[in-house]
Amino acid sequence: MISPLIFEPERPGSKDIAWCPGCGNFGIRNILRSAFAELNLRPQDVVIISGIGQAAKMPHYINVNGYHTLHGRSIPIATAVKAANPSLTVIAEGGDGDMYAEGGNHLLHAIRRNPDITVLVHDNQIYGLTKGQASPTTMLGMKTPTQPWGVFEEPFNPIALAIALDASFVARTFMGYFKESVEIIKKAIQHKGLAIVDIFHPCVSFNKVNTYEWYREHTYWMKDHNPYDREEAFKRAIESDPLPLGVFYIHEKPTFEEQVPAYKRDKTPLWRRKSKLEEIGKILEAKRTF
Amino acid sequence: MVEFKEDVSIVLGGAAGQGIQTVEEILTRVLKLSGYNVYANKEYMSRVRGGINTTEIRVSSKKVRAFVRRIDILIPFKRGVLPWVEKRLTENTVVLGEKENVEEEYLSRVNFVEVPLNEMAKEVGSPLYLNTIAAGVVVGLFHGDFEALEEYLRKRFGSKGEEVVLKNIEAARKGYELGVKLCEEGTIGIEVKRDENVKKEILLSGTEAVALGAVAGGMNFLSFYPMSPSTGVAVFSAQHAEDFEIIVEQVEDEIAAINMALGAWFAGARGMVTTSGGGFALMSEALSLAGMAENPVVIHLAQRPGPATGLPTRTMQGDLNLVLYSGHGEFPRIVLAPGSIEEAFYLTAEAFNLADKYQVPVIILTDQYFVDTYYNLPELDLSKIKVEKYIVESDEDYKRYKLTEDGISPRSIPGYGKGVVVANGNEHDEWGDITEDEELSRLMQEKRAIKKLETIRKNAMMPELVGREDAKYVIVAWGSTYHVIREALEVLNREDVAFLHFKWVYPLPEKVEGLLEGKVIIDIEQNVTAQFAELLKKEFGLEIHHKILKYDGRPFSVEEILDALKGVLE
Repeated sequence: MISPLIFEPERPGSKDIAWCPGCGNFGIRNILRSAFAELNLRPQDVVIISGIGQAAKMPHYINVNGYHTLHGRSIPIATAVKAANPSLTVIAEGGDGDMYAEGGNHLLHAIRRNPDITVLVHDNQIYGLTKGQASPTTMLGMKTPTQPWGVFEEPFNPIALAIALDASFVARTFMGYFKESVEIIKKAIQHKGLAIVDIFHPCVSFNKVNTYEWYREHTYWMKDHNPYDREEAFKRAIESDPLPLGVFYIHEKPTFEEQVPAYKRDKTPLWRRKSKLEEIGKILEAKRTF
Repeated sequence: MVEFKEDVSIVLGGAAGQGIQTVEEILTRVLKLSGYNVYANKEYMSRVRGGINTTEIRVSSKKVRAFVRRIDILIPFKRGVLPWVEKRLTENTVVLGEKENVEEEYLSRVNFVEVPLNEMAKEVGSPLYLNTIAAGVVVGLFHGDFEALEEYLRKRFGSKGEEVVLKNIEAARKGYELGVKLCEEGTIGIEVKRDENVKKEILLSGTEAVALGAVAGGMNFLSFYPMSPSTGVAVFSAQHAEDFEIIVEQVEDEIAAINMALGAWFAGARGMVTTSGGGFALMSEALSLAGMAENPVVIHLAQRPGPATGLPTRTMQGDLNLVLYSGHGEFPRIVLAPGSIEEAFYLTAEAFNLADKYQVPVIILTDQYFVDTYYNLPELDLSKIKVEKYIVESDEDYKRYKLTEDGISPRSIPGYGKGVVVANGNEHDEWGDITEDEELSRLMQEKRAIKKLETIRKNAMMPELVGREDAKYVIVAWGSTYHVIREALEVLNREDVAFLHFKWVYPLPEKVEGLLEGKVIIDIEQNVTAQFAELLKKEFGLEIHHKILKYDGRPFSVEEILDALKGVLE
């Protein structure tokens, strides 16, 4: 098996980690490194496309290909990376604001499109990098600098939404449970089709409610749950306290890359292809008549 | 008797859904196969049914590639067409059709030739044959190749069964015979030369040229959100996606479209988006990402009048400033604007090499007039297409943003080589990791916005000079107005007027200044504020002496350019 150490970046800029001491992002990074190693992936074949926010800094602190992009835009970029070269392991990574607010529309349509990518959402139920505003998953009643009267919007339920849209793979974990999280992320990466993993993690600086202890006390692992049963999965998804952890739902179906005409006959990644001049020639010939 | 020589402009007008497009298609193809040079362009309303749409078809002894205002033969399919084209009617205009479709007040102004199209259609069996009969009449007027017409109808209606085919051929013959009769009895006289070579030529639209050029240039990923008038490129690409083995995906919004194209390039594919001004506005965030991350991308922008939804189905060159200045922060880009269908093909193909080489957004600016225009051309030379790829294999300590003299860092892609590729929309060090270092921030800004821009400028294409270098007057124009201006200049026939056509709009090569210095510069553009003139002023400090501008959503006609030039020239 590959050592997790090969995923430790040696670049000078990667040493100065921008996350706060005690941040849940460190744990997620370790989980990712272990998952990649246990899956025997090579750094060259993994790509992390991230959006904006603290979670989105992941490509700089791990030794794989990375593209740190724009707020909310990691999913369309990741979709195209996978489509252009299906031999890559592609991960779209961002926070709850990134994936559920700014990038919400892309998430909805990625579920419909079903590219074989893994969407990892660092869900700390707050905006960290912009200093503590409510996010789509902030709990009702929480007071923040920009919601001083307390949040009154219904929190977004990404798990229920994904199941409602018949997503291919839907899971939730809390990064405080290391081994279980590694297993879930491995399953998500190995799953053929769009895999969404909502990862609870505390924001030690701006979320004083959803702490490490809070997540331990308010979550439980689903046992004997059949992830192929959509109704059962949906019932679990709308439980609110304690919140279930584990794989909620799996629906195997064809992926985006499997269905596009580009790969019907030829599996060569797009970048290795030549332009089809002979086909153009045929079309031009036809234009001489009708 | 009304006679037309050398060049006839035929306009068909009717409601959306009445089949004007079908007639246009039949006529252009069959007349070309009969050896006539043809040109076609349409104007249409933003609605699915009703309203008034028209199509202009020019049939000529020599190559014709420009829109003319005058109408020689008008076929109205409904009432309201004549008032709609009122300004284009001349004393020679022949109106062919039924009395019920011509308002009384026009009967004295035009040469009305009553043709019972509906009655003839009913005789064949159904009013549905009206279009085929009308097409037959026009082909007959030119004594066109009836076999070609027959063959076309077989091909077009073949899937609907033999009876439909035969009925259409019968309808076409009735129309054809009437057309021939109109000539023989001396109602209409037409003298246009045929050319055997034209029969073998290609009939291509601006839309098709852009799409085919893109595929020739290696485009294998097209993401788009439908928006007139740019959608045709996606439609054509999608319909041939299996032959080309490419990905064509209609996505949730323009934001996703361009981000996907960026992702495709990041992974080594060649991605393009096709959009219009409103869609491009949504893409400006990702354009800026392309600038910062040095992510190549090709954007086809078919302009239409704005602001906002503007005139959705009409034409304008109003988005030059949008593409020049869109995006936050400072970064280079390349703006191209083809003037002819051939140029659209070669230039779109080249756009992919440029994006790959310089790692910048390359924007191809067309407009509704351009994409909806088609004409016959001898051929496209595929051997001229060079697909140049600049992707390098990475080594273990690969640096995506290596600082270089010319501002171009060798670009590798994930999975190719021993290294990893880290791209970044934040300011970054040479490896691609975030930096807030003073010195590095300055160097990276200079790399992108100065060094790279200068490298591109040095290699920029010069404008095409039509006419004499020592001419006193020089017209400057860009993009789709090329042929209209050329035809106007041919008619004008003055040696002291030259024309510089810019297909490479930005960055402008330094030598351009030398071509314009000391001249009387006449700027011709289809926008309100003379955006290209402003660019020339900004880049070279040049004063533009005369501006000929049009911004009513309609294309410039040869006559308008000619009149305007006469007004400006001494």
